[in-house]
Amino acid sequence: MDNIAGTKSSLTWAVHISVAILVALWLFPTVGLFVSSFRTADQIATSGWWKALFPQEQNEVLRTAAPDTQVQEGTLYVIEGNLFETGSESEISAWGTSSREISAYGPGDTADLGEDGRLTVMADGNYRYENDTAFEGRRGERVFVTATAPPEFTLDNYRQVLLSEDATDSMAKAFFNTLTVTIPATIIPILIAAFAAYALAWMDFPGRALLIAAVVGLLVVPLQLALIPLLKLHLGIGIGKGYLGVWLAHTGFGLPLAIYLLRNYMVGLPRDIIENARVDGASDFQIFVKIILPLSFPALASFAIFQFLWTWNDLLVALVFLIDSTGETTVMTRQIVELLGTRGGNWEILATAAFVSISVPLIVFFAMQKYLVRGMLAGSVK
Amino acid sequence: MHPALQGMLTIVIGVGACITYFWGSNQFLDKVLYPPKGPNAGRNINRANIIRPWLFLFPAVFALSLYLAYPVVETLRLSVTQRIPGGGSEFVGFDNYAQMFGEQKFWEAMRNNMMWLLVVPAVSTAMGLLVAQLTDRIRWGAIAKSLIFMPMAISFVGAAVIWKLVYDARPPGTEQIGVLNAIYVGLMDGEPQQWLTTPFWNNFFLMVVLVWIQTGFAMVILSAALRGIPEETVEAAIVDGANPFQVFFKIKVPQIMGTIVVVWTTITIVVLKIFDIVFAMTNGQWETQVLANYMYDKLFRSNDWGVGSASAMVIMLLVTPILVWNVYNARKEMR
Repeated sequence: MDNIAGTKSSLTWAVHISVAILVALWLFPTVGLFVSSFRTADQIATSGWWKALFPQEQNEVLRTAAPDTQVQEGTLYVIEGNLFETGSESEISAWGTSSREISAYGPGDTADLGEDGRLTVMADGNYRYENDTAFEGRRGERVFVTATAPPEFTLDNYRQVLLSEDATDSMAKAFFNTLTVTIPATIIPILIAAFAAYALAWMDFPGRALLIAAVVGLLVVPLQLALIPLLKLHLGIGIGKGYLGVWLAHTGFGLPLAIYLLRNYMVGLPRDIIENARVDGASDFQIFVKIILPLSFPALASFAIFQFLWTWNDLLVALVFLIDSTGETTVMTRQIVELLGTRGGNWEILATAAFVSISVPLIVFFAMQKYLVRGMLAGSVK
Repeated sequence: MHPALQGMLTIVIGVGACITYFWGSNQFLDKVLYPPKGPNAGRNINRANIIRPWLFLFPAVFALSLYLAYPVVETLRLSVTQRIPGGGSEFVGFDNYAQMFGEQKFWEAMRNNMMWLLVVPAVSTAMGLLVAQLTDRIRWGAIAKSLIFMPMAISFVGAAVIWKLVYDARPPGTEQIGVLNAIYVGLMDGEPQQWLTTPFWNNFFLMVVLVWIQTGFAMVILSAALRGIPEETVEAAIVDGANPFQVFFKIKVPQIMGTIVVVWTTITIVVLKIFDIVFAMTNGQWETQVLANYMYDKLFRSNDWGVGSASAMVIMLLVTPILVWNVYNARKEMR
């Protein structure tokens, strides 16, 4: 609006900054989960994820090697090695040998431990521990270090969640179960709805207006109402709890939106094309298959994305119609709720599992955002 | 059989059955029942055209009646009956409702649902409108919008995990790993708070999750509405000396009022059915119960179908005004 008036408003900067803040605010929680899924349990428990992106100072308790690794050099008994695991790039800024004085010495200093010998620790973790008499005992000397570690990330969580045999952690089965639920539950309603939408849009028959009104009404009926009656029905006719039940349920619940979206789109198609085809002798079935379906692709895609996201993300319908007491058919949302309950503190597994489950919708979302937006604009009841 | 294989097979059978049905029934109508030839060709064509719409509609109408219309009636029936141990059920009138109204948990759920209804649609719509307006004329607006829109793709359960990490609390003195406590302790010098177990306020922390998800939806719809405003009205206002705030509140907002109402009601319906977020984050403990979770508790934990159905009817009753309004508007538009 400012451009129209030809004046550059001082508001422009305020707008840029507030949008930047809003976007950051909206992204921050998700980024937190994403970063956490690449950290070890220890890292998550000891520092906020936002610190993982920068080199970090932390206090650690490490040990020298055990006395049985000592070597004799002349009159001295020596243990040498590195305090850190191999490959670590941590840098020690201070260290100590007592929990009361954890930063008594700097790197390169030698601590005189009296009878226990002399310990020298370098900045990179290399140490030399020597004594005039042989070291005894089974465990090495404790060393308290204050070290700066570079950002460190691991793929172990993903290995654990995707590949491990551990039944509570493994998401692999739940992932395929979710996929098994989602794909038929997306494709079948589209087909049924497309035919119905064509009839409602382009065929003339008594009761049409009433049916359209009914579809609009059913659009908002809470599916909570359907749980018990349909579960009773499924158990009664022998479908029971299982994939067939959940496919049927998702088909039923998805139909009103599908019909509504597709009808609104089909009504907008040019009348000439359809009437010309009729004049040329095409039957309704041919018109539908050869003309309407290809032209309706954008609307079909919109609904497919909606239904995919909805069935993939669904918890309630799966809980009621799919998951039986054996838990063989558990889906990812259910698995995550279980993890929240049993392993509420294990953020590394929880974050990774959650990220595995939201990654697929996110990919679909970014790849097909155009259709999603279009569908939303058409689908909100005007 | 492996479920994936079963899934593939279902797709093939389902799609195959649909196509066979639609094609076969049309063929049957045209070739066998009322062929458009012979002495009665004209009459046959008319009859076929009367029947054909119902061939197209039958599977959809059947599924809709069975999966959405019948349950409404059946739930109503269940809500006034009680299961007899050993099978069967008996009519108990309004006993289930009376029992439900006598429960404190139910009123807690009602109170919370009302708070959700007041806060979430209002805040989501306002934020959506704000973002839509702000991003309207800036060059990176499309990217900003798509990032704010992103939570729409995330499941309520995934969002629950994401926000549980934000709200995480560690004992005082240790390093906080939840952002909210880190800010609260670090910048405001407070004691770490258990945000999700502090009654009353924890409801708002749960609402934030839904606002975070729904703002993107509101933004997309309102952004399109803002684009649709005739440029002349805005230009005229600027020529008359209106400042940007006046243009926004006095020219733009009134013109998209219809869309704002649509967004508001759509989010209201989402709120009425809200289940997953509460189920995953607090499970209704610490006074965060909501109707849908109360119902789930009754149906599947206490196994009390009567009271469960009664609470489902309460949700239905709350949705009904919007249902009627939507149908009324849809009919008006069709005329």
